[in-house]
Amino acid sequence: MIKELRRVSIGIGVLFGALFVSTTVIQVFQVDNLRVDPRNVRTLYDSYATERGSILVGSTLIAESVPVDDVYRYQRTYHGGGLYAPVTGYFTVNQGVNGIEFAMNDKLSGQSNSQFFDQIIALVSGTDPRGASVKLTINAAVQQAARDALGELTGAAIAIEPSTGRILAFVSTPTFDPNDLASHDSDVVRSNYDALLNSTARPLINRAIGGDLYHPGSVFKLVVAAAAIDSGMMSAQSTVPNPSKLDLPLSNSTIYNASDTSCGPGRSVTIATALRLSCNIPFAQIGVQLGEARLRDYAEAFGFGATVEVPMKTTPSIFPAGMDDAQLMLSSFGQFDVRVTPLQIAMVSSAIANGGLLMAPTVVDSVLARDLSPLSPFTPVEYGDPISADTARILRDMMVDGVADGVANGAQIPGIAVAGKTGTAENGVDQPYTLWFTGFAPAENPRVAVVVVVENSGGKGTPGTGNSVAAPIARKIMEAVLAQ
Amino acid sequence: MSLSPSSASNATITEQLMLRLKVPTKLRNLEATLIVFAMIVTTAALALVDIGVTGVVNPSIIGLSVGLGAIVLAMHVAQRFVARDADPLILPIVTLLNGLGIAMIHRLDLSAGLTGWEANATRQMVWTAIATVVAIGVIVTVRNHRVLQRYRYVWMLVGVVLLMLPLVPFIGVTINGARLWVDLGFVSFQPGEIGKIALALFFAGYLVTARDSLSVVGKRLFGVTWPRIKDLGPIVVVWAVAMLVLIFQRDLGTSLLYFGLFLVLMYVATGRAIWFVVGGGLFGTGALIASQFLTYVQGRFDAWLDSFNQANYEAVGGSYQLVQGLFGFASGGIIGTGLGAGYPGIVPLAESDYIVASLGEELGLVGVFAILALYLLFVARGIRIGVNGSDDFGRLLAVGLTFVIALQVFIVVGGVTRVIPVTGLTTPFLAAGGSSLVANWIIVALLLRLSDTVRHQREAVPGA
Repeated sequence: MIKELRRVSIGIGVLFGALFVSTTVIQVFQVDNLRVDPRNVRTLYDSYATERGSILVGSTLIAESVPVDDVYRYQRTYHGGGLYAPVTGYFTVNQGVNGIEFAMNDKLSGQSNSQFFDQIIALVSGTDPRGASVKLTINAAVQQAARDALGELTGAAIAIEPSTGRILAFVSTPTFDPNDLASHDSDVVRSNYDALLNSTARPLINRAIGGDLYHPGSVFKLVVAAAAIDSGMMSAQSTVPNPSKLDLPLSNSTIYNASDTSCGPGRSVTIATALRLSCNIPFAQIGVQLGEARLRDYAEAFGFGATVEVPMKTTPSIFPAGMDDAQLMLSSFGQFDVRVTPLQIAMVSSAIANGGLLMAPTVVDSVLARDLSPLSPFTPVEYGDPISADTARILRDMMVDGVADGVANGAQIPGIAVAGKTGTAENGVDQPYTLWFTGFAPAENPRVAVVVVVENSGGKGTPGTGNSVAAPIARKIMEAVLAQ
Repeated sequence: MSLSPSSASNATITEQLMLRLKVPTKLRNLEATLIVFAMIVTTAALALVDIGVTGVVNPSIIGLSVGLGAIVLAMHVAQRFVARDADPLILPIVTLLNGLGIAMIHRLDLSAGLTGWEANATRQMVWTAIATVVAIGVIVTVRNHRVLQRYRYVWMLVGVVLLMLPLVPFIGVTINGARLWVDLGFVSFQPGEIGKIALALFFAGYLVTARDSLSVVGKRLFGVTWPRIKDLGPIVVVWAVAMLVLIFQRDLGTSLLYFGLFLVLMYVATGRAIWFVVGGGLFGTGALIASQFLTYVQGRFDAWLDSFNQANYEAVGGSYQLVQGLFGFASGGIIGTGLGAGYPGIVPLAESDYIVASLGEELGLVGVFAILALYLLFVARGIRIGVNGSDDFGRLLAVGLTFVIALQVFIVVGGVTRVIPVTGLTTPFLAAGGSSLVANWIIVALLLRLSDTVRHQREAVPGA
């Protein structure tokens, strides 16, 4: 009987062994899978239960977690209404999280590896875990100026410090109040979310970095000119034939300059003049001479085709592949299937302003610990080196001429040399235009590079152009920076 | 008393006396020390629960802590009089498990907003008191376990009646699809829990007398000596009745528990592993057939094998509870969220069937291992009592009672961690539930009695 008892105890050992294994598998190896299961509400509760870090502009809190007496324990509260919504995004109980709230979630929720010791200290000391705060590069005055300048128009505006990549203003209109989505009542959140989602104004679309993308129109000529000069194939004074209209090869279509005439007097025209007057026909010819492959190389060096993270993920801008000559001609002045985010165009201007060196754009200045001491201070990151300093200087001079004595004169600031390029992109027959301005100031020592895009020709029935609508908005944004 | 160390014969008598007095006192003193330790852990757990959930320690936990300490000490004092040689580890282990259970139940009460008599922890406390009083009664009344063997057919009758009780109209109640409760108006309980002790007593008592005829007498067929129907009869009848009743009551867990107990005792009594093959085959076939034809069994299997399937997740009696329990375990990870810092209340029946998931969430893998280790230690002591037993009935009873606890832990914890399908049993000593507490405390009393006899006889008969 003793032998049997020993065997029974071995059997019990096996049963318990199975339990040790099963609990280990669940609590160690399956943890990550189980935590991300959408049916696991604990993960959601946890992201609330830790006092989520704040989001700051300068020393002002624009998003913070306020203690409340419900299961979520903290209420996310946004200050400034819709002013910062394109940057902060929203934080909802049942409709997801986006913007900085999403992109910096591991820091804000205190879950990132760099906060590991904070977590241990919180565990040992019994204090509630608390997320780190995120300080933005956004400048309150510039952001407000950009928001005010866009007013009721639909579009976007971005201001970047070219030497560092710091984004000073980041606006998408129309906007929304993220507090509407921060309720802990899931029915309220769902109905508010549906209302915003179904609104014809589409306020939830972040037009600065996402949405349907825009035809860049003439602002894309900066990329073409950069490719022409930097590749060494042409100089600013290289000329191309200057007809008043051009039949596209193997096509019934004819293209015209915006003026419906030739690009200034003369049978040929320089690249400099073509950019200053923003003529389509010369650029169509330049594009074909450069070829699709070379144009794409330069476009991609500026960021086309890549998901740039600011740290919100942007939609990649598109330079199409496999085009015939007619399509390449149209693409060379930003039509056909060339599609961009406003951020992409801001990056082009920023690179030109910074002597050809493109700094990675970002809205995050630093991550701050509980006592607001920086955990990770701001360090500028190079995105790439798309063009040489010489090319940048040549392009800058052409852009300065465009504002001083060309079709971008709406951005003139008295006493300051402003570099700029307008765009008035067509979206199809009888469709309203997309109006653009991009540039930087002061031209010699740029403190700000801007992009402004306005949809629908600038409003009902107005025959707006990039110069008449977008350029003055950009001027106000640049003035806000220069005033500091 | 003055003893002269110069006299050799006096010294021997003194040594004998000292041995008799000192060794048991040592055991009981060790037990007392360990109980104090268990109470410190329990009190700390209760305080941490209060701090974790509400931020302050509520004086009401003193009632729970002092209450548990007092009744366990009463048991301890009773042993000093009637079972001085009893195993010193069993009572502290059970105290700690019972205390941790009350702490977790109290924690779930706090998040559910239950206070006073509405609180499950209060009721668990009262049931613990009742269970301990019953256990003291058992250990005081049953001074010699061999007496129990004489009443083996009484136990059979008691066991069968208890099993049938929930099927009696008017007093039987169906809860969560299983008809295994009896409601007498003033109190409701699960007679099946007590039934397992009656059956263990019967199986042990009967097998001791029938083991020789079972293993030696009989026809040889397929290389195996099959026992005579006459010898096997009573056991098969009891087992069949138990199975039928349980199938009608829809209680798979208890069915598995009785079956396991039956097989293990048959094996230990006869020393023939063929019982595991035959019995396991029978049960496997039965389970397979049941899973094909009984929809509730089928549902359990689907929920087990494909828990995360949305259809099974949403099905009535599906895997919702199981999956939420797994989320709880995962949320705890290795070190747990800390008492009062998780969300164990999300899981239905978090205080009874799923209390291990609740503890796993807040105490983590470390806590679960500690709890399993406590059970393992308890089982080791129980098996030891069996191995050291002076008579075969005592051995069989010790291993039967111990195995019931071990298997019940496996069925419950294995169910919530997907080792086997969920069957719905309570975790011994931890889970909220009066019948289970009373039954398991009776098992404690019987094991203590058996261990006392083991040591006592060894002292009484030197060299044995």
